[in-house]
Amino acid sequence: MNLALKQDPAEISPKAPKLQQATMGHRFDAELVAVTKRYGPGAPAVDDISLRIPRGSYCCLLGPSGCGKSTTLRMLAGHEDVTEGAILIHGTEITNKPPVERGTSMMFQDYALFPHLSALDNVAFSLKVRGVAKEERRNQAREYLELVQMDHLAERLPNQLSGGQQQRVALARSLITRPKVLLLDEPLSALDPFLRIRMRAELKRIQKELGISFIHVTHSQDEALALADLIVVMNDAVIMQAAPAREVFETPANAFVARFLGGHNVIRSEGREVSVRADQCRLGRMPGMRALEGVIGMIEYQGTQVRITITKDDEDYTVLMDAPTYFAQSPEIGEPGVMSWEASDEHVLG
Amino acid sequence: MTARRPRSFYFLATLLGLFIVFLYAPMACVYILSFQGPNGGMSFPMTGWSTHWYEVLFGGTGGQGMGDIAASFRRSIRLALIVAVISAIIAVSAGMAYRRKFPGSNFVFYSAITSMVLPGIFVGFGIALTFNLLGWRVNWFTSGIGAQLTWTLPFGLLIMFIVLGRFNPSYEEAATDLGANARQRFTDVIVPIILPGIIGIMMASLTSSYEETARTQLNVGTGNTMPMEVTGLLTASATPVLFAIGTVTTLFSFTLVGLTIFALSRLAKRRTMRTAA
Repeated sequence: MNLALKQDPAEISPKAPKLQQATMGHRFDAELVAVTKRYGPGAPAVDDISLRIPRGSYCCLLGPSGCGKSTTLRMLAGHEDVTEGAILIHGTEITNKPPVERGTSMMFQDYALFPHLSALDNVAFSLKVRGVAKEERRNQAREYLELVQMDHLAERLPNQLSGGQQQRVALARSLITRPKVLLLDEPLSALDPFLRIRMRAELKRIQKELGISFIHVTHSQDEALALADLIVVMNDAVIMQAAPAREVFETPANAFVARFLGGHNVIRSEGREVSVRADQCRLGRMPGMRALEGVIGMIEYQGTQVRITITKDDEDYTVLMDAPTYFAQSPEIGEPGVMSWEASDEHVLG
Repeated sequence: MTARRPRSFYFLATLLGLFIVFLYAPMACVYILSFQGPNGGMSFPMTGWSTHWYEVLFGGTGGQGMGDIAASFRRSIRLALIVAVISAIIAVSAGMAYRRKFPGSNFVFYSAITSMVLPGIFVGFGIALTFNLLGWRVNWFTSGIGAQLTWTLPFGLLIMFIVLGRFNPSYEEAATDLGANARQRFTDVIVPIILPGIIGIMMASLTSSYEETARTQLNVGTGNTMPMEVTGLLTASATPVLFAIGTVTTLFSFTLVGLTIFALSRLAKRRTMRTAA
């Protein structure tokens, strides 16, 4: 599909600042400035967070349930009032604007496709409420269904579509509003693991193709690492770390980030709290390396790797070793186990 | 497989069987007796078969103690249709309002539901007395509709609360997100999704209005409704024409139910039909 074609100025509502966008050259697609959300007395749901999302980023808000990531997304979408602070999209403040005037579009966790409308009419809905004529809006909707490869099922009702197909329709329905920022609320959580991996590749492809920012809420570390240009790890209503995927994984800012991302051991070493990647730890005492003694609590064979859990003082530590090394050593559950690591692989946590 | 059914199954099945016989056998008697011969009485045995009593019924007021059935039928239907529409409108509005808590919402809710348990005859009496006190004349269009609403509305409200309670709020958020204003959200998203519930309320109100007497009888003013007419006939005359009335009204009710089911399935079908296109 030729996306440049969609920029036909006649189709743009007079309020959409396309020209302004071209001349001003905003640096950030979305900015949160000291945003707080309180539902009542007590701890806020989102506590004074600030975040800048550069142009054309795939940004993942990652965190455990109840950390405030969905509330943050809903504030961006305008479905939740902001208690304090400001939100900017493309450099324009939109904190108190209604959803439709923000330049955002939201894809809901359960997709929220209108059950009484066909896939095509679902996608055409935003054009319908703007008064676009039937033929015209259906033609446009068809193009967006093509983008998500759903044009062959355009006449189906949502309950006649599989989860993955519904998601594609929901995506098309959001994209047809030509958002500056697309907001996705746990978009892959309802899919089976196989489909999840396929759909996330699809999301990434579409994001690159459109060049707009996607803000994607997830509690899956794998998903965030696979997709994100920018990972924002949240916990207890605040941002723990916001950085590119590699930086977050290699240099977690604190013990929470290291633990939540997984694949890390958080260890007290030389009086400091450090993290060491589990794949850089070895089983057995090695000369010149730091070590920790415990008992082998669990062994999980994972194909290419074997995951060995060493328990010490009720704390679990993980060694990821490649399968040949494991079979050479053949440790057993219940045996004493030593975990070793290079001092240079330690990353000091803040 | 030798899965034996437990004894309780046979007990409960017998109970259900008895219940069904108890429910439908008397009605079957009514239908059969309505074809009683011209000289037959109100009970078995049948003295020949005829459509005599239907002729009497449709023949108008022919001297057999018959009131004006046709007119009271028209009165009842007119009343029922109006009550059904008003109930649906109020129930939908209230349902929408109750999706948010507001001060006094519990009080309003319980006071609306209470009229389900109040003895209908006293509700009717109360309304009539109040009208009298205020010097107004009871009239089917004012006190009549009002009295019937005290009966149909609580059911309508409960149905609507259930329907809207199951309504996924993200439909509305999605509509807002896509640029729909409040009116478009309501007409293009909410109403189509809850339409089966609205039709249900109208049907429930229509039938309960059609057969209501306790609240209605003192409040419709001049001119009987159908149930009043039938009750009157029961005391005034004792001919199988009553059974003919019973059969015709049952047919009417079943037609109504059949039409509703037909309409709803057409609605569902029209939605799926588009798949083929």
